[in-house]
Amino acid sequence: MAVEEPLASAFFSTLGVVFAATVAAAVAGIPAGWAMYRFPLLGKAYENWVAALFSAPLILLYPLFLVLFGRGALTIGMVGFLSGVIPVTLKTYEGFSAVPMVLVNVARSFNLPERALLAKVLLPAALPTVFTGLRLAFIYTTINVVGLEYLVNFGGLGFLVGLMYDRYDIPAMYAAVAFVLLISMLGFSAAERLERRLGRGS
Amino acid sequence: MAYLRLATLLLAWAAWEALARSGLVFQGVVPSSLTVLASAASELGSLAFYSHLWRSTEEIGVGFAVGSAAGVTLGTSMGISVFFGRMAHPYIHVLAPTPKIIFLPVLMILFGVDIGSKIAMGAISSFFPVVVATYDSVRLVPPVLLRVARSFRASRWQTVAKVYFPSMLPAIVTGMRLGLGVAIIGTLLAEIKLSNRGLGFLAIQRYESFHIPDLYAVLLIIFALAVAANIAIGRVADRLQRRHVMHAPRQVPHRYDLKEPIRGRDRP
Repeated sequence: MAVEEPLASAFFSTLGVVFAATVAAAVAGIPAGWAMYRFPLLGKAYENWVAALFSAPLILLYPLFLVLFGRGALTIGMVGFLSGVIPVTLKTYEGFSAVPMVLVNVARSFNLPERALLAKVLLPAALPTVFTGLRLAFIYTTINVVGLEYLVNFGGLGFLVGLMYDRYDIPAMYAAVAFVLLISMLGFSAAERLERRLGRGS
Repeated sequence: MAYLRLATLLLAWAAWEALARSGLVFQGVVPSSLTVLASAASELGSLAFYSHLWRSTEEIGVGFAVGSAAGVTLGTSMGISVFFGRMAHPYIHVLAPTPKIIFLPVLMILFGVDIGSKIAMGAISSFFPVVVATYDSVRLVPPVLLRVARSFRASRWQTVAKVYFPSMLPAIVTGMRLGLGVAIIGTLLAEIKLSNRGLGFLAIQRYESFHIPDLYAVLLIIFALAVAANIAIGRVADRLQRRHVMHAPRQVPHRYDLKEPIRGRDRP
C-alpha cells in the first residue's frame, strides 16, 4: 500500500529538486535574456537557436547526463535546469524587447544610469512576461524531473510509481500516479493564479 | 551575426575536443567528436539500425495518428458545443501540462509491454497539444463565415466540413507540430524504459554496455531525425498559413455587417 511508503519524503524530495532547478534556471536565464536584449547582436544570433532548443527533445539527452554526472540527483536536476532555463531566457528576452520605447526614452532623457534603467523601468515593465517564463520553467522542470525519476529509478515521486509497478502492487501504483497528477495540477493552478495576480498588480 | 554563430559552433566544438583530449575526464565519457562521427557512420551502415528505426517510426506514426485524430475530434466538438466545451475544458487544461511518462506503467498494464504501450504513449503525448490547439482555433473562425453558412441553411455537418475546418486547419497543424515533437519524446522514452527494439532501446543498450561513443552517435542521429521531422511539418504549416491568409475573407465594413449577434451554439 502506498500509505506505508514514504509518500511525504518522496514528495519533498521531488519538490526540492524541482525548486532548485527552477531557481537555477531563473538565476541563469534572466541575465541571459537581458544580455540578449542589451546586446542586439547576441539576440539576433541566438534567438532562433534558443527557440529551436525549446522544441528539441532535450530529455532524450539524459543518458549523456548519466554518463557525465552519474545516476543521482545531480543528473535529474541538470536535465530539469536545462529544460527550464530555455523558456526563462526566451520569455525574458521577449519581455524586455516589448518594453515600450517611450519608457526607455523618458528614462534616458532623465539621464538614468544603466542600473537604474534596469531596476526602475525595464524590469517592472517586463515582469509579467518574465513570470510567464518562470511558470513555463516550473512546468517543464516538473515534467522532466518526475519523468526522469521514473526512468532512472531514483529519487521521489517518479521513482515511487516505478517501484509500485515493479512490485506489481497495482492499486498502490494507481495511487502514486494519481498523486503525481494531483501535485502537478495543484502546482500549475497555483502558478497560474499567482501569474494572473501579478499581471493585475503591475 | 552569421560570424558569431559560426564562432560559437567552432568554440563549442573546440572546447569539446580539448576536454576529450586533455585527460581531465575519463576518455570513455567524453570521446573525441571524430570517434563519435565514426560510430555514427558505422551505425548508419548497419542493417540492424534500420530495423530499430522502422520500429520507432511505426510506433510514433501510429501513435501520432491516433492521438491527433482523437485530439482534433474532441477539440472540434468542444469548440462547437459550448456546453461540452465548458464541461471538458478544465480537465484538459489541468491535465495538459502533467508529465505523461508517468502513465507508462498504466499503459503497460493495459496494452502490454510490447508495441502497444509505446503506441499508446505516443497517442497520449500528442493528444493534448492537438486538442488544446484545436479548441483554441475554433475562436479563429470568422463569425461572418458562420453567418453566411447559416443564411444558406447549411446543416451542422456542412458547417463543420466547409466553414470550421478550412479556417481551423493552419492552427491545427501548428498544434500537430507540437504533438509530433512530444510523441517522439514519449515513444522513445517508453522504449528506453522497457523494450527490446527501437531507437530508444538502441540508445539505452549502448549506455548499459558502456559503448559511449555509440551512445552519443545514436543520440545525434535521433536529434537529427527529430529536427528533420519538425522542419517537415513546419513547412506544411507555413504553406497552409500562406494559403489561408490569401483566401481569408476581407474584413467586412461594419455598415454591411449584421447588427444581430449570433446567439447560441455557433459561437465558441
